[in-house]
Amino acid sequence: MSDELTTMTAADLSAALVSKDVSAAEVTQAHLDRIAEVDERVHAFLHVAADQALAAARSVDERRAAGDGLGPLAGVPVALKDVFTTTDMPTTAGSKILNLWQPPYDATVTSRLRRAGAIILGKTNMDEFAMGSSTENSAFGPTRNPWDLSRVPGGSSGGSAASVAAFEAPLAIGTDTGGSIRQPAAVCGITGMKPTYGGNSRYGLIAFASSLDTPGPLARTVLDAALLQEAISGHDPMDATSISDAAPPVVAAARQADVAGLRIGVVTELSGEGYQPGVLSRFSQAVELLESLGAKVTEVSCPHFRYALPAYYLIAPSECSSNLARFDAMRYGLRVGDDGTRSAEEVMSLTREVGFGAEVKRRIMLGTYALSSGYYDAYYGKAQQVRTLITRDFEAAFGQVDVLVSPTTPTTAFPIGERTDDPMSMYLADLCTIPSNLAGNAAISVPCGLAPEDGLPVGLQIMAPVLADDRAYRVAAAAEAAFTERWGHPLLAGAHGLDHHSETSTTSETKGAGR
Amino acid sequence: MSITRDEVAHLARLSRLALGEEELDHLAPQLDQIISAVARVQEVTAEGIPPTSHALPITNIYREDEVVPCLPRDVVLSQAPAVEQERFKVPRILDED
Repeated sequence: MSDELTTMTAADLSAALVSKDVSAAEVTQAHLDRIAEVDERVHAFLHVAADQALAAARSVDERRAAGDGLGPLAGVPVALKDVFTTTDMPTTAGSKILNLWQPPYDATVTSRLRRAGAIILGKTNMDEFAMGSSTENSAFGPTRNPWDLSRVPGGSSGGSAASVAAFEAPLAIGTDTGGSIRQPAAVCGITGMKPTYGGNSRYGLIAFASSLDTPGPLARTVLDAALLQEAISGHDPMDATSISDAAPPVVAAARQADVAGLRIGVVTELSGEGYQPGVLSRFSQAVELLESLGAKVTEVSCPHFRYALPAYYLIAPSECSSNLARFDAMRYGLRVGDDGTRSAEEVMSLTREVGFGAEVKRRIMLGTYALSSGYYDAYYGKAQQVRTLITRDFEAAFGQVDVLVSPTTPTTAFPIGERTDDPMSMYLADLCTIPSNLAGNAAISVPCGLAPEDGLPVGLQIMAPVLADDRAYRVAAAAEAAFTERWGHPLLAGAHGLDHHSETSTTSETKGAGR
Repeated sequence: MSITRDEVAHLARLSRLALGEEELDHLAPQLDQIISAVARVQEVTAEGIPPTSHALPITNIYREDEVVPCLPRDVVLSQAPAVEQERFKVPRILDED
């Protein structure tokens, strides 16, 4: 039974909870058991809040028994990226500088999950301050990919993606600044959505690059992702960049799941050199599939996307160097070297030296450089102009087509350790995802098969205009339904890294997905 | 070369990072490589193009100036590295001389 509960979708768990076939306490215990069984190997979690989760589950069961009106996620477990503040759990952002920090308030995403009755299982591992594409930049050790434990789960929301792919949680929350939800979702064979910027509150989200940071859902199905997004989205007066428009109807769109008559544009600039052959072949098949479902496919050029990566690595580090100035060893977090002889400034520099990892230091210094007088116009100023041109490319493209598609990542999951000391090669993992962060539009990644050369998952990225999140969900759900029918099972059934549910997975193998 | 080791050392000081010599040897060539790569934005002809600092056209947000409770002092101070007399205790901020 507990095995069954951990493989169910959030939508099915929700139905079983509503009909009282199962209690929230049972569902929660099953997932805690699964975490105890596999997380030593996966390391998706930095903190498991078993007692709080069970208490929250019992409370949902009591409210349900009392006939209280409950939302669809009441009693459904969720894993929360350790970048959101939680009053009852430590919050580290994957950094030593916040080790064991106990926040004094809940993030809006946290409080909305609690309000929805979702059961927070714990806090997931991440690249330090969400800077990275592999989760190897966590101060607390890497997370491993459930498809192959010697490989990265992507990042920075790698713990969230791996927890869902390893059946430790049906749902997880991540954040996406340059691809940090979509890229790990793609390489772990699950669905991940970066909503429109401002659609989800950043209050209580430890800031990396404030004009780009976006909370969003990761799940094993498109509908589950939509259910989670709907639970957390909507205007928040605590975040001045929060959109006041009504949240897009994403759950209805995920149920609609059809692309007939829709115009789909393939982005010319997001393919070719540097892309793994198996990624390109699976992507082409996905485009053919969408065409066979009635979509009209054309090629669309977005000439400035070529400059998205360099522009991003000026804008994001610039904002990070400013945001991370708050870690000054004075009011919270780590303090090093305060022996009575050193000045506040010396203690600050020593603390930041000890508390930050290499990637965070690189980005702080890069941002400090780009914002220096004398370099500002040539670097940060120019990057901001490129950001305008990329937004205009999107506007022109969305004048011709309803959505744009590309591979989510240029390659499948790479081996742990391969890129840790080669920052530029690590940055390339976000090549296809960055444009949507710069323009703020919605974009989702959905599995589209396994690369023939390594048997690892490939993601299809669907980009929709600002506030057209529902359109991205609608296309993703249509692709998911058609792929699942073709493969005869969900892609994740072929993940063998943990030899999980061996009876069902060994028979299905990769034959379906490999076709 | 786009940035020298000495310039990286200067950036580290501006960034309040007490980098060690070995770390500087390691990070300086990496930053040089990254800066050369991001300098590609300079290839773009962008004359007359306005900068975008934010994805959404938000300029300013106003709200009513209402008094709301703030965080309890003991909760906030419980996370401080050092506390004295219900205040944050910090190292000296002025030179002795």
